[in-house]
Amino acid sequence: MAAPTTLGENLRAQGVSRRGFLKLCAATASMLALPPSMVPRIAHALEATRRPSVIWLSFQECTGCTESLTRSQAPTLDELILDLISLDYHHTLQAAAGEAAELARHQAMEANPGQYLVIVDGSIPGPDANPGFSTIAGHSNYDILMETVANAAAVIAVGSCAAFGGLPAADPNPTGARSVMDLVADKPVVNISGCPPIPMVITGVLVHFLTFGRLPELDEYRRPMAFYGQSIHDRCYRRPFYDRGLFANTFEDEGARKGWCLFRLGCKGPTTYNACATAHWNAGTSWPIQSGHPCLGCSEPSFWDGGGFYEPLSVPTTATATTLLAAAAAGAVVGGATTARAKKQTRNLVAERQPVTVEELEKKL
Amino acid sequence: MNGSMEFLLWTKGPMFDIALIVFALGLMARLAEIFLLGRAPNYAAPRGKEWHRGLRTLFTRNFPDPGTFQRAPFNVLVGWIWHLGFLVILLFFVPHVELAKGVLGIGWPTLPNPVIDLITGVTLVALIATLVHRLTHPVKRRISTSEDYLVWTLVFLVVLTGYLAYHRLVEPYPLVLGMHILSAELFLIALPFTKLTHIFTAFIARWYNGATFGRKGVQS
Amino acid sequence: MSELDRIPVVAEQARDDTQCSPLGLPASVNPILQEIRYALERLIANGEEHRIDLSALPCGPADLERLTELLGTGEVQARVEALGPTLIQETAVPGVWFVDYQDAPARRLVRHIEIALVPQMLRPQPQDLEAAITLLDARCEQETSGSPPQSREA
Repeated sequence: MAAPTTLGENLRAQGVSRRGFLKLCAATASMLALPPSMVPRIAHALEATRRPSVIWLSFQECTGCTESLTRSQAPTLDELILDLISLDYHHTLQAAAGEAAELARHQAMEANPGQYLVIVDGSIPGPDANPGFSTIAGHSNYDILMETVANAAAVIAVGSCAAFGGLPAADPNPTGARSVMDLVADKPVVNISGCPPIPMVITGVLVHFLTFGRLPELDEYRRPMAFYGQSIHDRCYRRPFYDRGLFANTFEDEGARKGWCLFRLGCKGPTTYNACATAHWNAGTSWPIQSGHPCLGCSEPSFWDGGGFYEPLSVPTTATATTLLAAAAAGAVVGGATTARAKKQTRNLVAERQPVTVEELEKKL
Repeated sequence: MNGSMEFLLWTKGPMFDIALIVFALGLMARLAEIFLLGRAPNYAAPRGKEWHRGLRTLFTRNFPDPGTFQRAPFNVLVGWIWHLGFLVILLFFVPHVELAKGVLGIGWPTLPNPVIDLITGVTLVALIATLVHRLTHPVKRRISTSEDYLVWTLVFLVVLTGYLAYHRLVEPYPLVLGMHILSAELFLIALPFTKLTHIFTAFIARWYNGATFGRKGVQS
Repeated sequence: MSELDRIPVVAEQARDDTQCSPLGLPASVNPILQEIRYALERLIANGEEHRIDLSALPCGPADLERLTELLGTGEVQARVEALGPTLIQETAVPGVWFVDYQDAPARRLVRHIEIALVPQMLRPQPQDLEAAITLLDARCEQETSGSPPQSREA
């Protein structure tokens, strides 16, 4: 399986010419925000690179990430992923099943110690959770992850579940779901968040890794800056409407028809960092905001628990008018009690007051 | 997992609840005390109407008499500017109205963002001017207490972080938005226990003043 | 609502003209022209090539149209078929090329301005060139021995 071919050889075998490859490198450099003068260098480096062995682990996930990756139109950048790597284990895509599949994983690990990449989609029930929530071949997700990661070069967490826990970790998190970076402390982890993530980003990270031999620059959530460096809001083509204060108030009003800003309909674009606005979805057709729907913020941590999808960003997640009224009522009771005590104190003082004569005062002085 | 998004969600969730409860409980306790304690009964025969004059004073005291303006034009003018600016930003910026709609269920018309932005800039400058004035004016400096500086800081932080958040001058954005929400929460928490209570008590005091004078039948 | 509706009309009209440079071009186009100029100087002086990624620049479709118009259309037009089309257009300025990389469904991947004698996509790739003689020999070999005799007799 893990044939020691260079990427160039593999591409030639697939019928991709050097000019075709040069084009893909030009597009990838643009995507990675690298200067176009680097295109020949990227092409040269990738040509001679051996395709890395990749083990793809799927845990508590919906396969949406794999769907997003494999549903892309060929031959595009997205498909380049499958040419860039030697995908030695992916239990949804591989032909082998059962023991043969697990054997493939072990063989890949033994053949490339310290060299192979691990891609994870899905969250993992943590070490303290009941391991029975998610198992493969009788082994808990946690054990498989730890065993596979032990000799890996780096780990790429694909999708919001692997990156942040995602839907399985949403309150009340019944399976004790954790993210990859929560559990893997001693290996480089890159998060490619999104529900699903943009497939091109996976390609971008792989190209960067293969060209420069290291991972790209990451943000505070270990996401590649080239893709997650700017918010949806910053790159949104509807941004001028926000700046001018023109909003859609419902999904069918004039503002919605004219394509005004969706902030009041719950758009999480201002707090969401992803490349949807430039990368687009469905073979470049569109992206959520272009089709008139607010951004859900799917590439951010806790996006399931971050308030209603249709609640504007400024609305608090738990506070309600009832909280306010109950607190005010309690305050009134407290105020009433304090007043009653003060009045009682005054009455007592009045009742106990002893008249003082002038003689008594003079004595005191 | 202690990133900017977690911070923002904390300010929007548990911390907002705490701030709202402290504010409502504290404020209602103080207002209940003020109203229930009331005033000592006045046994003299009234010479005028209480209600009429009380309500009138509520409004008229917004405008200083000419003497006050001549003595302290800076206080009056700059005070007016930033109070009004603060109120307009608070009440007519779209996200703030959405907040009210989300929590209270009532909304109202808003002002366009560029207008709010301009007012915010003016308010910030006015607030800085009040601090400079407080620090340089000999009398003001002498009578200023630490509470005065605390309250100034709270007000200034709310407006400043709001300005920074709107213009996305701090990265990552969830951090600066969280800072803005947190400073507004600190403002709410401090409100019932500092001179910020005047937001509510100023009007009660004005009514009492006007009513007392009205009862006595004198000008106020 | 009705008040809000009136606002964009004013703002939208004011937008385009205020951002113009003294040349009457959108402000975002000016730096690109400077870059092209500088790259041309270097191409002429020592043959150094240069590329500008147009999709990475902060300019809208209207700005790019102005730029395309300004650079004009030259004599050479070429199309490379490799993983979808790549369209190459010489501008009226010699040495300045538009290179439009597209994928198989003819969707634009990226668009470059290339300042070179001949764009890299048109030249044979160095590794391919190395194999050129071997390839030619192989083809002759095939012609003389491999293919049926009728082609020679004919």
